[in-house]
Amino acid sequence: MDQSRVLELKRTANEVRKGIVEGVYNAACGHPGGSLSIADILTYLYFEEMNIDPKDPKKADRDRFVLSKGHTAPGLYATLALRGFFPVEELKTLRKIDSRLQGHPDMKHIPGVDMSTGSLGLGISAACGMALSAKTYGMNNRVYTILGDGESEEGQVWEAAMFAAHYKLDNLCAILDLNGLQIDGKITDVMNPTPHDEKFRAFGWHVYTIDAHDFNSIELGFREARQVKGKPTLILAKSVKGKGVSYMENSVDWHGKAPKADEYETAMADLEKIAESLK
Amino acid sequence: MAEKKATREAYGAALAALGEKYDFLVLDADLAAATKTGMFKKKFPERFFDCGIAEGNMMSVAAGIASTGKTVFASSFAMFAAGRAFEQVRNSIGYPHLNVKIGATHAGITVGEDGATHQCNEDLALMRTIPGMTVICPADATEAYAAVEAAINFVGPVYLRFGRFAVPDLSAEMKDYKFEIGKGVTYRDGKDVTIVATGFMVHLAMEAAEMLEKEGISARVIDIHTVKPLAEELLVNAAKETGAIVTAEEHNVIGGLGAAVCECVSAKCPVPVLRVGVEDKFGKSGTVPALLEAYGLTAAHIAEEAKAAVALKK
Repeated sequence: MDQSRVLELKRTANEVRKGIVEGVYNAACGHPGGSLSIADILTYLYFEEMNIDPKDPKKADRDRFVLSKGHTAPGLYATLALRGFFPVEELKTLRKIDSRLQGHPDMKHIPGVDMSTGSLGLGISAACGMALSAKTYGMNNRVYTILGDGESEEGQVWEAAMFAAHYKLDNLCAILDLNGLQIDGKITDVMNPTPHDEKFRAFGWHVYTIDAHDFNSIELGFREARQVKGKPTLILAKSVKGKGVSYMENSVDWHGKAPKADEYETAMADLEKIAESLK
Repeated sequence: MAEKKATREAYGAALAALGEKYDFLVLDADLAAATKTGMFKKKFPERFFDCGIAEGNMMSVAAGIASTGKTVFASSFAMFAAGRAFEQVRNSIGYPHLNVKIGATHAGITVGEDGATHQCNEDLALMRTIPGMTVICPADATEAYAAVEAAINFVGPVYLRFGRFAVPDLSAEMKDYKFEIGKGVTYRDGKDVTIVATGFMVHLAMEAAEMLEKEGISARVIDIHTVKPLAEELLVNAAKETGAIVTAEEHNVIGGLGAAVCECVSAKCPVPVLRVGVEDKFGKSGTVPALLEAYGLTAAHIAEEAKAAVALKK
């Protein structure tokens, strides 16, 4: 990728991170850690990869996105807002009564949200349905879904994995956000779901590992996924939970907690420093 | 005597026939031979997808298909469609109000010899509590066929409940039979008591009404094929005009049709309501006639309860 484009995407991803912190801080609750870990991938998907149109969020031939790890809605909302689906200012209404920005994605009311999610394991199945429908009706669109690594402990993820391979859904690309942490601790301590690469390969998927915070690596992953025929692709995205906010990085404490006023200031200062470095 | 046919047979026949007229997909979870979706599969193999024994995944896959603007049926036994996959039906289909039709067969104790693990007496209760879910339990084959077509033409999630064993096709003998979601069908007028039934219990309600007639009690019989939304006006009028109600369903007396009728009349026209159904028990193995007898799902029991309801009138 052109290095000026990489810089642009980095700037956008940093704005997405600010939007995440802004939303969660104003809501005084929510899930910042896993939102920050997928900010770069969301940015790549919405600003580079997917065929979508914020002016026509329901256009029939659009690529679809399902946030299977629905609790990281602050990341999706910030990305959608920056992409122009709704005003960035609205991020401050996250989780508040009468806001359309529900705690977990609500496809009925939020422009750009293709599937309501939140209960783990369900989103990847819905993405399979979208991909199957596209294949059955001869549509050329692609379907993307982001899973959590903790989420992969849900049995339904493997039912969906079996289904996608059985029906050769090569228009489906799942991204597994491997940040290594879940609510109760390290994924390997709570209920070890690894190794994801070997498991998904055994289920009939093509697996490609990337650095979730390196746009060149992200691009290689999505390019490769487009080339794969006859099977779905899993992009195993090695990420840092809380990425970009110093005290949240790799900390299990910031899975589902909002920063207090001073912590908010520190977080925004951290992100501002990154913004400066990207000028 | 009306011809006997299982409502699941009508479901399969309807899918296969209506597949010509309407564009929809059908999913099943390794039960196509039993749910009768196999009839559709044979005719439209390119529109049928087996999901294997993974009902939760099937429901969320159905939601994904529906989100692309396509109509889709998802089938399994009631136990697994409403029971095992409840959460997927609620969150993937119900919450976003997606256009998925859930075809649930082998409901209730008339599953027979397979016993309690497969006899779902809780599905109406489960499905009824999902906001925006339409819940339909056809009385017989003709009504089941009509319900499938109505569901196709209806936009929104629909739960369709079908049975395994053959029951008299009363609707086939009715003049000008018409199916409309959210309405009820008055099979017989009466002034002393109303029997409100759903599913195959409708034909037992008709037998009960004949028994009651011999004893000088005039019983109205209403088929409530749509358990949700309920035909409230029809029921309130029945309460007003007959002053007592007996409900009859092949389902736990908790949470199903009986509960729905109580919720309606207690608020709008309180009259005695007695409920015939499975008395908060699990099922067991046995032949269908033996099970119906053992669980009190008989015309004689309905008639008995009707008399008790009449006696409760002020």
